[in-house]
Amino acid sequence: MTHDLVYLGLALYVASFACYARILYVPNVWIGRLATLLLAGGIVAQYFELLERSHWIHSVPYDDLYGSMSLFAWLLALTYLGLEFFHRQRSVGAFVTLLLVVWIAALHLFVPIDPVAHPPAGGALFALHVTLNTCAYAAFGLSFVLSIVFLGQDRLLHSRRLGATFWRFPALDVLDRMARSSVWIGLSTLCVGVILGLLWGHRLNGTYDLGDPKVIITLVILCAYVAYLRLSRAARWRGARAALLCAFNFLVVLFSYTFVNLYFTRFHRFF
Amino acid sequence: MAAISKAGRVAVGRIRVALIGCNHRTAPVELRERVSFTQQQALDAAGELRRQGILEEAVVLSTCNRSELYGVPGESGSAITETMEDFLTSFHRIPRADLEGKFYRWVGRDAVQHLYRVAAGLDSMMLGEAEILGQLRSAYSQALDHGVTGPVLNRVFQGAIEVGKRVRSETEVGARPMSVALAGVKLAERVFGNLKGHVALIVGAGAVAEQVVEQLRGRGIGNLQVVNRSYDRAADLAGRIGGRAVAWESLETVLGQPDIIVTSAGGTGPVLTRAMLERSIAARGGRPVFVVDLGVPRNVDAAAAGLYNLYLYNIDDLGEIVEQNKKARESEIPRAETIIAEHVAKFEAWRATLEAGSIVDDLRDRFHKHRQLLLEEKLKGMPDASPEERQRIARITEELIDRVLDQPSERLRNGRSMRGRLAAVEALRHLFGLDEDAE
Repeated sequence: MTHDLVYLGLALYVASFACYARILYVPNVWIGRLATLLLAGGIVAQYFELLERSHWIHSVPYDDLYGSMSLFAWLLALTYLGLEFFHRQRSVGAFVTLLLVVWIAALHLFVPIDPVAHPPAGGALFALHVTLNTCAYAAFGLSFVLSIVFLGQDRLLHSRRLGATFWRFPALDVLDRMARSSVWIGLSTLCVGVILGLLWGHRLNGTYDLGDPKVIITLVILCAYVAYLRLSRAARWRGARAALLCAFNFLVVLFSYTFVNLYFTRFHRFF
Repeated sequence: MAAISKAGRVAVGRIRVALIGCNHRTAPVELRERVSFTQQQALDAAGELRRQGILEEAVVLSTCNRSELYGVPGESGSAITETMEDFLTSFHRIPRADLEGKFYRWVGRDAVQHLYRVAAGLDSMMLGEAEILGQLRSAYSQALDHGVTGPVLNRVFQGAIEVGKRVRSETEVGARPMSVALAGVKLAERVFGNLKGHVALIVGAGAVAEQVVEQLRGRGIGNLQVVNRSYDRAADLAGRIGGRAVAWESLETVLGQPDIIVTSAGGTGPVLTRAMLERSIAARGGRPVFVVDLGVPRNVDAAAAGLYNLYLYNIDDLGEIVEQNKKARESEIPRAETIIAEHVAKFEAWRATLEAGSIVDDLRDRFHKHRQLLLEEKLKGMPDASPEERQRIARITEELIDRVLDQPSERLRNGRSMRGRLAAVEALRHLFGLDEDAE
């Protein structure tokens, strides 16, 4: 497997980030469209990279940490692109593409790209379980970005020091609703993904292994996001505190995704 | 001579745009009033300028801050702006001396550049204001409908509209609020997004508060409530803005409803204390409140700014934001000027292409005249030449002229550099005295 598509995808995301960042300071419709186009190009390049990887390892691309994290980035980009078309709002693009670039660059630098041969876990149920869970993580990632932007905007509004880019971001209410929508998507897909995973485990071993650290941390994540959804409409939490909680929750997701998968779990370990 | 004939054919001479006018910087309001045009007057004046042969194309742009007359002169004499001024003074029946030092006069590139700056809002009293672009578009489309424009002004005004749009979409010149009232409402939009369906409470009935109300109404605010110490004044304002008057005593009762509170009440102490606002937020289930305090002395206890989900801006805060925005807009002027320069260059390139075609035709006409005179003169001394030989000589000299003009014509029309083409056109005019011929 060549790494050309990895570099191409990363280059397109970097170029897209540069364009999104540019329009935060210098509004330009054409640069905005170019940013979207480059992002779409990055998504296509990454899709073919994932496809090539699948052919190479004769399995699903998320069989190892590298493939799984790459799929996460791809789903994050895809979810954001959908959100951008839906809300006609490009100002968050710089933050999402920055996260994508950092994520993929870190992935490339710190995670071995070559998979270790091992018997692939298979079956449609398993494939759906992993894809839905990764999609949930991507949606949580998006809500993290939106919450960070919310906190920044809220801080600027309170400090009354409104910078050049302040006027270009969506209103707090819009950011809040977008973040909640993302969390709803994440929770829905995660719930279904967890159920499918448990069913798959039961089919394989005849038991529901609820004691696995990955299952426990996933239930913690579910509770944390349910708490966020409830608290974000409670008098004392509505607004910045809820956004902070949402951002913190994603750190738990990251912990689950990396450390738990690598060092604690028995069934979800990346080989 | 005509720049472009009525039929649209490029004729001999330069394509020039002339402009005379005054604005808020050059003339006091008393003079601007006297030289302003109603919509009908603007069309009448443009039509009259064409009928009198002063201009072949004309557009009058008249707003509260400027009166400008744009045209393409039918005569390329240097005194075109003076002729236009004569027309203007007679049209408005004002002494010529009254315009002295108050009017600007531009011809050619400068006139085009001025129009583009106007369209961009760089020449406006409030830098970057958007209204001027609408006024310019309207003046042009009415002139177009009445057939008083032509290919040159069509090109110039369409370019101006494009410049106006580009400057507003690609720069910050017109982006940020420049008044306290608008800044307050724009900030509220940063919190709530669309203001439709939201509730606003106006405490006090000051003039600035009314401006904020106007802005809120313009954004379709759902519900406006007015509270004032004098219930009659509250009812009066509420009646005018389509809101609901609330008794002063009920202030705290209704405080839990509004998303936006605008205060401009008189008095010495704060009207809204921290405790009152804390209770109001609690009553709203913690939903945010945006408070604009326009009162001096302040109507809202400064300590309320620390309340969670309360955004408090007083008149100084808004004034500072307006000042920052003004500076930000000013810092965008160079970028707007770049766009303007780009479009002026585009117009000049178009002009150069047209003039290049025109000047080659002029040269050809001139050479043929000389050829005719020379042939007549020389053939007189050749009585033995047969008619066939004379015709042959005529054909050869005609072909010679065509061949001589072939290369310069090609280079003038298709030269890469617009500057080079323009310079060549100017040089040809000068060397062959084509302007003298035209005049």
